[in-house]
Amino acid sequence: MTAQATRVRPRIAPPDGVARLLAAVRGDGRSVSLAEHHAINGPLPVERDLIELVEASRLRGRGGGSFPTGQKLRAVASQRGRPVVVVNAAEGEPASKKDKALLHHVPHLVLDGAAAAAAVLGADSVVVALGGRARAEHSGLARAIAERRDRLRWRIAPISDAFVAGEETALIAALAGRAAKPTTKPPYPFESGVGGAPTLVQNVETLAHLALIARFGPEWFRSLGTEAEPGTALVTLSGAVARPGVYEIELGTRLSELVAQAGGATEPSEAFLVGGYFGAWTRDADLHLNSANGLGAGVVVALPARSCALRESARVARFLAAESAGQCGPCVHGLQALADGLDRLAHGRAGDRGSQLERWASEVVGRGACRHPDGAANFVTSTLSVFADEVARHVRHGGCGGTDRGILPVGADA
Amino acid sequence: MSKSLRVDPIACDGHGLCAELFPEWVRLDDWGFPIVDPRPVPASLEGHAQRAVKECPAVALRLIAARSRIA
Repeated sequence: MTAQATRVRPRIAPPDGVARLLAAVRGDGRSVSLAEHHAINGPLPVERDLIELVEASRLRGRGGGSFPTGQKLRAVASQRGRPVVVVNAAEGEPASKKDKALLHHVPHLVLDGAAAAAAVLGADSVVVALGGRARAEHSGLARAIAERRDRLRWRIAPISDAFVAGEETALIAALAGRAAKPTTKPPYPFESGVGGAPTLVQNVETLAHLALIARFGPEWFRSLGTEAEPGTALVTLSGAVARPGVYEIELGTRLSELVAQAGGATEPSEAFLVGGYFGAWTRDADLHLNSANGLGAGVVVALPARSCALRESARVARFLAAESAGQCGPCVHGLQALADGLDRLAHGRAGDRGSQLERWASEVVGRGACRHPDGAANFVTSTLSVFADEVARHVRHGGCGGTDRGILPVGADA
Repeated sequence: MSKSLRVDPIACDGHGLCAELFPEWVRLDDWGFPIVDPRPVPASLEGHAQRAVKECPAVALRLIAARSRIA
């Protein structure tokens, strides 16, 4: 029997625009209650073939890794023992706001995704892992959970706000009361996670998509986006645009279209950072936003031309070095050296012209317990290549005339 | 079955013994941490690989079946 044949026609019409996750967001900024959520989206159907539906949707994780969600569900389902579902709401990337925005505005869409996954996996407990600083989100979420009438045991676990805390194995360690640091894989969380149980760790936005796929099916999901990457995605857009914020886009949308949606540029942009601090710079406003082009967890920053790209980037490289979990030699030493080197270049004190930095960056890739060094190296490599002219100007003249305007945030108070 | 040399980066303390014992497959970065050739170790060199594994002071080296990596 095919997935399509067992589907019941939805009684409530699916959202027909690009705003799917954000379709129910209220104008007054208040969270959508359970009753309102049901009135808009209908109740969550019981889908015994949910894994097939998710596989057919070709949904990929929206936490940065872009791993096929169906494959992850199947990996957990294939294990022995009663699984646990973890909602990964860590969102440690300073420039990302989308997961917290979803949790605030449409908490039940996210919780429905977790409940649907728990039902198909036979899990009876769901843990929402949320950074300790997210106090408002925590109390909002507690209110939403109190409204629910399912039989699941829900728990909100405040975890470290560190950048690496959202990495799956670091998250599992944090939930076990240990330091939020990545561990050696295997075992992967799908094999041994919370309390040693097979554990599904899924990003907030991914679960919200899953809740809509459970209701409206994979064909509806794939009706937007591209053949290779169907659906919509949330993007946190900041920098030199009129209305920075969280936007829902069709995957494959051009960067220029996103900027236009945000009211256009407020000043000329020199380049765009796509994919956040593990991502890369681009000058191509026609770039199609999708995971193949490095969209990652959906962070896009428009860097104004009058800021100094190297100083901005050096500050981020310093942040990433400081946010190393400090466990693996290549990450500890390599990221420190990359941050020092980029800093010297940015302040016109470099003799090495970046070639040594490029070698260090290529050498740290793949040599940590997690992908933190890979992501940081990717960012530095991209900075050196996209801003090669600026590097030359800094080496020759000691600077470029631009300043560090703090366009790229590096902390909770940035 | 062919095997690959893998380092557990958390356990590794950068003693550098592996690069001395098995320079054909291991070199050190600028901070003394090993950069290991990911390719399967040829049978003719497996003895050197096994010695490097055995002598690692941090017990951070392993020879594993070449295709046991998932993601």
